[in-house]
Amino acid sequence: MSWVIDRSGVDALCRVLTARGYALVGPTVRDGAIVYDRITSSADLPVGWTDEQAGGAYRLKPRNDRALFGYAVGPHSWKKYLLPPRLTLWRAEREADGFVVLEESHDPPRLALIGARSCELRALAIQDRVLLEDACVDPYYRTQRDRLFVLAVNCGQAGGTCFCASMDAGPRASSGYDLALTEVVAGERHYFVADAGTPAGHEVLNAVPHATATPDEIGMADAVIARTAESMGRSLDTTDIKRLLYDNLDHPRWDQVAQRCLACGNCTMVCPTCFCTTVEQVTKLAGAKAEQVRTWDSCFTLDFSYVHGPGSLRSTHKSRYRQWMTHKLATWIDQFGTSGCVGCGRCITWCPVGIDITEETAAIRGGTR
Amino acid sequence: MIPCPAEIVEKRSETRGIYTFRLRVKDEGKRAAFRFRPGQFNMVYAFGVGEVPISIASDPDDLDGLDHTVRIVGNVTGVLERLKVGNVVGLRGPYGSWWPLEESRGRDVIVITGGLGCAPVVSVISYVVRRRGSFGALKILHGIKAPTDLVYRRQFQAWAKHPNTEVHLTTDQPDRRWRHHTGVVTTLLGRVTLDPANSVAMMCGPEGMMRAAARELLERGVPTESLYVSIERNMKCAVGLCGHCQLGSEYVCKTGPVFRFDRIRHWFEHPGV
Ligand SMILES: Cc1cc2nc3c(=O)[nH]c(=O)nc-3n(C[C@H](O)[C@H](O)[C@H](O)COP(=O)(O)OP(=O)(O)OC[C@H]3O[C@@H](n4cnc5c(N)ncnc54)[C@H](O)[C@@H]3O)c2cc1C
Ligand code: SF4
Ligand code: SF4
Ligand code: FES
Repeated sequence: MSWVIDRSGVDALCRVLTARGYALVGPTVRDGAIVYDRITSSADLPVGWTDEQAGGAYRLKPRNDRALFGYAVGPHSWKKYLLPPRLTLWRAEREADGFVVLEESHDPPRLALIGARSCELRALAIQDRVLLEDACVDPYYRTQRDRLFVLAVNCGQAGGTCFCASMDAGPRASSGYDLALTEVVAGERHYFVADAGTPAGHEVLNAVPHATATPDEIGMADAVIARTAESMGRSLDTTDIKRLLYDNLDHPRWDQVAQRCLACGNCTMVCPTCFCTTVEQVTKLAGAKAEQVRTWDSCFTLDFSYVHGPGSLRSTHKSRYRQWMTHKLATWIDQFGTSGCVGCGRCITWCPVGIDITEETAAIRGGTR
Repeated sequence: MIPCPAEIVEKRSETRGIYTFRLRVKDEGKRAAFRFRPGQFNMVYAFGVGEVPISIASDPDDLDGLDHTVRIVGNVTGVLERLKVGNVVGLRGPYGSWWPLEESRGRDVIVITGGLGCAPVVSVISYVVRRRGSFGALKILHGIKAPTDLVYRRQFQAWAKHPNTEVHLTTDQPDRRWRHHTGVVTTLLGRVTLDPANSVAMMCGPEGMMRAAARELLERGVPTESLYVSIERNMKCAVGLCGHCQLGSEYVCKTGPVFRFDRIRHWFEHPGV
């Protein structure tokens, strides 16, 4: 059963979630991009803005309507909340006969993610698989994950670099949300068709003014999503992709892409599924206290694969780009039973030289018999 | 996932730049519960500097302490070198996979190691010589670049004295005092008799050496299921969460460091993967 809330219902949702103890995080315009940050009401949303995305290019542009969610995805992903870029894991303190180690206790806030896209929900599910469902669980991720309310928004417009349809990850959110909205702006009417995915979602929806959606309203919402699915900026043929990449580790295309790749690691930072981290020891109080601090890392750095003796095992840009792309699209499947790519297009948009994972895959496919 | 304090109860100098630390976990309960299998490793923490993966070199039945043979190469190991008996380090583990020693009872064990990287196979050799009657022949093949790289000289001599045990040493660059073989480690394989169907080979060392040795063993008729290698990769978490130790589809800290060769062969034959 679907429901309808009107434009003011979004603010009612914000109030209800705030009253339930959630801090709201969602899209907002800052420094010429749509980023995720604390918000309090719909006034903080990118009202009337959209984005233009292409390989290595991103630009905000005014829309000719007052849509709240009329853009694709920006450089941020929700992973910054669940897997913080910098986190203290434990502390060690010197004592007379050695030291003690104290696990850092974390108390992350209850967070409501406002406006999560289908591809991002897939990315969350993939990170769940990696960080929660193996022998070892990331405790911070676990705690923050349990304190989420997910308000999804089905995409009303595909970005120029989007290919979620190819990755079976969108544009309609199929699971992983408490509440999902589809925004419809039709002439004078501006409303949202809402579906609850969980009892918590139902409860929140019931607390705001809503009506049962008419077949007409549902039809309008479905058409919005169908149009998005048809206007994907990119596509990626995933047929037998694991074999394709496993069998082509020596393909000449890797040398070509290595000529362009700067190994800057932007693609890994913006990717909503990339989860690699490193640790550093930070000492304080003249060496009496030490902290184990975890930070995001990237497989594009030389240090990432450093071992004493041979040195960096991936010393070339070729080996690092190949590692990244082969991991995303192929080895991830063996490791976690899912692709590591959801087709959000961020790595294409935010690559300074516009390297395109869909293009590279196609080139390798084209170059094989 | 947090290190527990362990006291250095013994520090033995093996050769220049290599020490064996005997560590005893301070918490009695944790110490008693600690069980490992040869081939597994611990993350060893030096206060204020960091953690590094180090193989456990002692016997799994020795519950009194845990030996770690450390080569001093950089930041963390450099600090370990300066520590003394009575000092405390951190320890978490054991992590990773182990050598197929239980499964190999009754069979010939061929140990192939190269360079300085033989710590993980020392555990194999000690295990077999302590249970000498349970295994067939033990053949230790060790290749080094230059004679000065020969560590564990005394151990090699001691191991060679065990029944049904052979030690073969070779170097690429012999000097006047070298009395063993010359050439890469694969040339040694030509010198030993093999019972291919009844042998298990366990290898550790430079990857080029392991690739060459595996090729040679396969040519000699040893089935691919009987070849095992121990792999080194950069490691930060040791529990499959940080991504550093990947080798193709494997996380070396989880499904390694000991792999049956055929499981990683595809990746192994593409350096840089
Ligand atoms: C499974 C496994 C078992 C090992 N067993 C032993 C052993 O029994 N004895 C021994 O002496 N050494 C062993 N090593 C190698 C040992 O971990 C490195 O020598 C050590 O990490 C170097 O750290 P460092 O801070 O002293 O050197 P630095 O050069 O300062 O190292 C900087 C960082 O690079 C990484 N690094 C450097 N070399 C290696 C390496 N070879 N493997 C993994 N990470 C590395 C570490 O993260 C280290 O913190 C093993 C490695 C692995 C993966
Ligand atoms: S592909 Fe692009 S974003 Fe990724 S490392 Fe290379 S240059 Fe940087
Ligand atoms: S690899 Fe690129 S397109 Fe795929 S999920 Fe990561 S950032 Fe998005
Ligand atoms: S060391 Fe972190 S994943 Fe293996």
